[in-house]
Amino acid sequence: MTTGLFFVQALNGLQLGILLFLLAAGLTLVFGIMNFVNLAHGSLYMMGAYFGAATFNATGSFVLAGSVAVPATMLLGVVVERIALIRLYHRDHLDQVLATFGLILFFNELVRIVWGPGAQFMSPPEVLSGSVDLFGLRYPAYRFAIIAVGLVVAAGLYVLIHRTRVGMLIRAGATHPDIVAALGVNVRRLNTLVFGLGAGLAGLAGVMAGPILSVQPGMGEPILILTLVVIVTGGIGSIRGAFYGALIVGTVDTIGRAFLPTILREFLERSLAQAAGPAIASMLIYVLMAVVLAIRPQGLFPVRHA
Amino acid sequence: MKWVKTFAAICAAAAVSGAGAQAPIKIGFMAELSGPQAPLGQDQYDAFMMVVEQNGGKLGGVPVQVIKEDSQLKPEVATQLVDKLIEKDKVPIITGITFSNVMMAVHKKITDQEVFLIGSNAGPAPIAGAQCSPYTFITSWQNDNQAEVVGEYANQKGYKRVIGMAPNYQAGKDFIAGFKRNYKGEVIDEIYTPLNQLDFSAELAQVAAKNPDAVYVFYPGGLGVSFVRQYKQAGLAGKVPLLSTSTTDGSTLPAQKDDALGVISGTFWGPDFNNPANRKFVDDFEKKYNRIPSQYAAQSYDAALLLDSAIGKVKGNVADKKAFQAALKAADFKSVRGNFKFNTNGFPIQDQYVFEVAKDAKGRVSLKTIGSPLKDHKDAYHTQCKLS
Repeated sequence: MTTGLFFVQALNGLQLGILLFLLAAGLTLVFGIMNFVNLAHGSLYMMGAYFGAATFNATGSFVLAGSVAVPATMLLGVVVERIALIRLYHRDHLDQVLATFGLILFFNELVRIVWGPGAQFMSPPEVLSGSVDLFGLRYPAYRFAIIAVGLVVAAGLYVLIHRTRVGMLIRAGATHPDIVAALGVNVRRLNTLVFGLGAGLAGLAGVMAGPILSVQPGMGEPILILTLVVIVTGGIGSIRGAFYGALIVGTVDTIGRAFLPTILREFLERSLAQAAGPAIASMLIYVLMAVVLAIRPQGLFPVRHA
Repeated sequence: MKWVKTFAAICAAAAVSGAGAQAPIKIGFMAELSGPQAPLGQDQYDAFMMVVEQNGGKLGGVPVQVIKEDSQLKPEVATQLVDKLIEKDKVPIITGITFSNVMMAVHKKITDQEVFLIGSNAGPAPIAGAQCSPYTFITSWQNDNQAEVVGEYANQKGYKRVIGMAPNYQAGKDFIAGFKRNYKGEVIDEIYTPLNQLDFSAELAQVAAKNPDAVYVFYPGGLGVSFVRQYKQAGLAGKVPLLSTSTTDGSTLPAQKDDALGVISGTFWGPDFNNPANRKFVDDFEKKYNRIPSQYAAQSYDAALLLDSAIGKVKGNVADKKAFQAALKAADFKSVRGNFKFNTNGFPIQDQYVFEVAKDAKGRVSLKTIGSPLKDHKDAYHTQCKLS
């Protein structure tokens, strides 16, 4: 196990973490501020990827794909919120889970009808399609771009939440929704704004994942589960929690997948290690979540109640 | 009393039309037609129906009625559908079947009731071996075959150290085992990833660090689209040859495009085969559906041709099971793959080929035949089958 390899795997973990953060940020805000469980967040991610792939296939431009997909997903999120979800805010969580699960099925079927059941083609921009040399190991240039974009978005969100009036309202809404409403703030509009923001971030994650993963019906579900793990680990409602939670989950998952089978082989029989390695590696993040829940049920970086 | 007259008229009309036409043979078609695996089932269905339509709704000169069912990649759904097809629709023939786990769930149920099973994709080991049935005829392959031929290719190329990668489920392990059956070099590592994992960055970094002579993978459908892209982006394409089964096929190439160029795969058929039956098939299919047919389409096309020949031989009397069995066994049709005959276990004896992803004459990304390392290849399990 060389340092170079470890470094590359750490970058892989960081990259997965960044992608998870984009999803978790929106989900955690909706959950934390509106007290709303939105299982359809993964579907918005999928729609972002599809909008991106459709634009890409029509124009051949990745930049254009991104600049269409993000606003389109944001708009879709707002429309879905206004039409369907707004009726569910005062229902209990089980109703919300059922309804948004229904939306998952709806969107999966929708993309199947519109784009067909097969995977869609999408490729990274030409300049980023190659790989970069890192200590004799190669790392995909496009994944560097994901890390960069994700960090810029994280910084932007930090400024938005901590330095602007809207951000102040969002923070206040997360901790004291009744008082915010009593002060005359239009909470309904604030909710729509937050939902649109979350949808836009999910769309961004989707369009950036498009050239790496396969754009296909149901692509949102596996990542939704990881995202839920992230927000539970990080602390529901907290952007900071989503950021650190995503990096922790991304790194633990990647390092586990990369090195656990090799480590197990040191003291287990080869065939046994091959069977147990992936199984344990894929359990790691859930074990982590369980431990966090047991020790700090509010998450590692919860919302600070001032 | 007007309605009585109308009713009587309808009855009379029904009786006349029933007497005039020969009752159609019902054929149950069951495959994965929804979810991520739907492109496979859809190709199976489209190719089968193309033959039926070209023959004016008939197979072997007899009208057929195809009853289409979606098994949804759920064995429990598939068994219910089989009950419905056999008990309610009373079909004498069932074709299709995309996935091995579905096949294992329905195989015994279908063949125990002496219904003919013309499988056009899945070929799990048990039904080729001890659980074989005289009512089973498979027009595709036994699962392992498509991996064995790639193992043989790796020998020819002199690859000494290969890493195997597949999803962590039964078929994934079967294909790696199939590759090892013929491969004489060393498999230095086997990496199994969770079935729903689409990001292979961590595993690919491990692969790059070990610098093998080649990598062998089995990643069907969307998994293959992700894998092939990431293999290219990681800078491994062109450096470490990528050998595969069911990873770059007609169902994934439209999404992989140029990222897949140079990837090697093994199976029994490719769209560039130059025999009259295949040229007709590929031309007709492209004209009708506006896409390059996949191997799943080819398998199902052959299933329809097989039924066409066998139903013709027994003049539509499929109730004579012995005669129909013999007619199917004869496999008296021009397969798109060229050589085709049935082994004792109802699986094909056929050549296995190796393909490279390349641009075809029209500049589209497709499969190019580069060799046929295994001739008249039989599966490894037929000796366990007690049929003769």
